Amino acid sequence: MADIRLIRRRIRGIQSTAKITRAMEMIATLKMRRAQERGLAGRPYSEKISQVLADLAALPREVEALHPLLQRRPVIKIAIVHITPDRGLCGGLNANINRRTASLILEQSIPVTLIAVGRKGLDFMRRYGRDIRAEFTRLGDRPSLLDTLPISRIIIDDYTNGIIDLVYLVYAQFISTMVQRPIMQQILPVEPAAIPRAQNVDYIYEPGPAAVLGELLPRFVEMQVYHAILESIASEQSARMVAMRNATDNANELIEELTLMYNKARQESITKELLDITGGAAALA
Amino acid sequence: MATTRLDIVTAERVVFSDDVDVVVAPGVEGQLGILPHHAPLMTMLLPGELRVRRGGEEFYLAISGGFLEVRPDRIIVLADAAERVEEIDVARAEEAKRRAEELLRTHPPEVDETLAEAALRRSLARLKVVERRRKRRPGVQPG
Repeated sequence: MADIRLIRRRIRGIQSTAKITRAMEMIATLKMRRAQERGLAGRPYSEKISQVLADLAALPREVEALHPLLQRRPVIKIAIVHITPDRGLCGGLNANINRRTASLILEQSIPVTLIAVGRKGLDFMRRYGRDIRAEFTRLGDRPSLLDTLPISRIIIDDYTNGIIDLVYLVYAQFISTMVQRPIMQQILPVEPAAIPRAQNVDYIYEPGPAAVLGELLPRFVEMQVYHAILESIASEQSARMVAMRNATDNANELIEELTLMYNKARQESITKELLDITGGAAALA
Repeated sequence: MATTRLDIVTAERVVFSDDVDVVVAPGVEGQLGILPHHAPLMTMLLPGELRVRRGGEEFYLAISGGFLEVRPDRIIVLADAAERVEEIDVARAEEAKRRAEELLRTHPPEVDETLAEAALRRSLARLKVVERRRKRRPGVQPG
């Protein structure tokens, strides 16, 4: 009889777990949608700023001389901005990003310093005793551009001061709800050649091309960092959504199996009791 | 009358997008008014108010710096931040202004003076836009 009670208790336990994972799935869906919307809302700005930058870079002159953020130097030290979520329960996402950065570090023959964004990546890199220049955690699910500025500030300053010579972003690229892929992207020095040009318009620049470029480049970097973080959040939430859906499905499957077991055990015990009663009656007769 | 397309965008959202008659913006080299068929131009903007006329109505936006680009077919404002008058939090702007003034008066060594000045200009721009709106009450609804 104890057997039956045990099964019933387990079913109840799994049912409440399923309720939680189901709720988490729904929350993740919502947050993913919000992060995607925010990414889309910023797209006109990022397209515009890229275009203007491409126009400026195409000006007939030595571009690299125009601004320090465009200057390519012999690379003595690399910085990686390692962007991960703060939390787990999102499938293999964190492990994948951590692995990507780790292999990137191992490929290098020169020192690498890290700017860790997100607690999961920070913990991982700490465990392996990596050189961490700065850490940013608890950005939340809906950071504003302002929240991400300190991150871009650090890489721009370090780059300008010659502490680092090459900066990569590593984050989870959002491909679809089911697929997120770790991606590595060079952010400094800025390579305007990589930006496609829309059209050729001869602008009057006020106060002048160099000044406009000087103001524009930091914003370009800031925007890229901001977008990488938004994309990382969308990836995190969709990975969590899928992981939680799987968990809910598994729980329901388990509940079904256990219910079957429970019913069998219950029937058995009733049969046994009936046998006892009829047996007792027969003995008396 | 000819109109031209105006898009005001920030890194976070599209603030305004419509056909307008005139745009008056706080350029680094002084206020500049832009009519349709203006020559291609790319200029930096200071924190201040952006005036837009559309049809018979005129309205204001507070922007905190950025860029203005005039293309043959459109005008694009890449703003660091931009708010329509109804979105401005007056109490917050007052508070920011007070804080910035305080910093400029005492100027503690750890505070960058140019940053404090920029903050002051931004809050002043917001307050000025709100002030305009009050004077023109009931005012037009910028849509």
